Amino acid sequence: MYKYSQFDSDFIRQRNAQFRAQIERRLNGSLTEDEFKPLRLMNGLYLQLHAYMLRVAIPYGSLNGGQMRQLAMIADRWDKGYGHFTTRQNIQFNWPKLPDVADILDALGDVDMHAIQTSGNTIRNVTADHFAGAAADELEDPRPYAELIRQWSTDHPEFQFLPRKFKIALSGSPRDRAVTRAHDIGLRMVKKQGLVGFEVIIGGGLGRTPMIGKVIREFITPADLLPYLEAIVSVWNLLGRRDNKYKARIKITVHEHGIDKIRALVEERFALLRGSFQGNDQRLLEQIRTGFAPPTFKTGPVKAFEQRYGLDRVFRDWVNTNTHPHRNHAYAIVSISLKTPGKTPGDASAEQMRVMAEIAEHYGHDELRVSHEQNLILPHVHKSDLETVHKMLQRAGLAAANIGLISDIIACPGMDYCALATARSIPIAQEIATHFDTLKAEHDIGVLKVKISGCINACGHHHIGHIGILGLDRAGVENYQITLGGDATETAAIGERAGPGFSADEIVPAIDRLVTAYLELRTDRSEAFLQTYRRVGLAPFKTALYPETTRIRQVNAA
Amino acid sequence: MVRPFIDKVVTANDLREGDVVYLTEVNNWSRHLAEAEVLQDEATAKARLAVGSSDVLNIIGAYLADVTPAETGPEPRHFREEFRRTGPSNYFHGKQESAENV
Repeated sequence: MYKYSQFDSDFIRQRNAQFRAQIERRLNGSLTEDEFKPLRLMNGLYLQLHAYMLRVAIPYGSLNGGQMRQLAMIADRWDKGYGHFTTRQNIQFNWPKLPDVADILDALGDVDMHAIQTSGNTIRNVTADHFAGAAADELEDPRPYAELIRQWSTDHPEFQFLPRKFKIALSGSPRDRAVTRAHDIGLRMVKKQGLVGFEVIIGGGLGRTPMIGKVIREFITPADLLPYLEAIVSVWNLLGRRDNKYKARIKITVHEHGIDKIRALVEERFALLRGSFQGNDQRLLEQIRTGFAPPTFKTGPVKAFEQRYGLDRVFRDWVNTNTHPHRNHAYAIVSISLKTPGKTPGDASAEQMRVMAEIAEHYGHDELRVSHEQNLILPHVHKSDLETVHKMLQRAGLAAANIGLISDIIACPGMDYCALATARSIPIAQEIATHFDTLKAEHDIGVLKVKISGCINACGHHHIGHIGILGLDRAGVENYQITLGGDATETAAIGERAGPGFSADEIVPAIDRLVTAYLELRTDRSEAFLQTYRRVGLAPFKTALYPETTRIRQVNAA
Repeated sequence: MVRPFIDKVVTANDLREGDVVYLTEVNNWSRHLAEAEVLQDEATAKARLAVGSSDVLNIIGAYLADVTPAETGPEPRHFREEFRRTGPSNYFHGKQESAENV
């Protein structure tokens, strides 16, 4: 883990002191709300439907046990005893009171955390593969680069008033678990002639105009990474549409000017900037790397684990769905599901946070990760400890064996909290998860990613769900549109809209019909939903979704 | 054709707590929708919104929300306002925590 330097700590203290004074000036009337709003947003503080919301950065999703305990303390002391982990690997507190926020930020500063640039038109919290530093299929841990980007982008004087927000994601593996193709910049680690570098993708994004990113450069070396990123952001900073917030993101700039023109402008700017870092970024990168040295892995037999795996079906199911191959064969990566059917996707109580912290400290080399799929990860667990970890998770209500299955749903907060939402997301996720859990069908259904957003801003990633659900307001009634065939991985795709939307009462039966159709259409259990969809296309799923319309059409045609 | 005016209330969020509040006839902010002043014409609504918005030391983001009169007081016309006066549906938090607020 990266440890704050004295400079970092001083910077955070100073920022927090500034914001404390700004809050006081707002409360005593010296600042108007129009003056205060950009200041609070710079510090992650939103106003939602029922209360303020504080969004805390968890850089590239990495945190340790002590930090998790502090989040639990904050949840208990200043909020309502829980936190919500988001698709941007952050945590949100839904009920802070304005006069308490400065104390909360100081408490975060005590454990090297902050809420800076989690909002506003800046470079937001950098996200990365949640299995970084642990995955068997990884070329190299991308987090030192992510930390370098975080330091470069934090309070960057040129990039504090960008045309719009800007999001960067990194992946160190050919398997893209960081959704690099749906970010303003996606960095996909690749090897060329034995050297590690990055493929640079720009102009991806979801929201009202979903787009898959385009490759602007096939290979950039680590030495050129920051000047090249700075070139991209500064070209967009000048060209980006400040006249229309819906056209301000870089995806629109790329779309309007074409990738070739943008590439030429970026190369021109890059040539100017390339020498300006003078190797300081590389010296910093070397310092940062020391903080990401792999843990001292335990050695020891895994025979007891193998026996238990053979004997205990519940444990076996959990190991099969919730662990992934670690680069050390005696270890596993554990995904802790925050998707217990019926519960709110991404939420953890303060007590659950403390249990996860304890497990990380005792059995996980003090490391935790937040995934963009709103689950928590223990990246390094020795297989001999898996049984104990599983038992502790069971006792805490955190042992749902559903990672990647239909109840492992991404859902934004929706209209239960969010001021931008047009419909609720959480109850729909709860109902779908509960429905398939009751049927005990989800292991048979297999990998199926359902993603739900409560408005077109698409925080719930619905465009890239195998089944995407978008909640809208249709004449004062919640209505849910379905998209099919989206994909968040290295084979990224935007889902196709299936047809007219469904009411809140109709949406679970509609999803049920889709799943039944898939089970009938698949060649066998090895063909996942997305593969079947790609083989047969939208038509048979549409027939399943709208049986009445299809019947009427057939009658008319006859 | 002139559309008939839909009754309104002035609503906002409390500056300190962020909680949903409604403007009353005596220029207080109440947590209870039932105590809100119901505005029955455009001019009054506009004037009362101006009064509400000017109270910058106590509230944020005042606006007019449509309501339907009922015996127990005004009722929200849109589901967003129903959630605002109740709280989220996934936890028993917000106004519903204190039953008398709903």
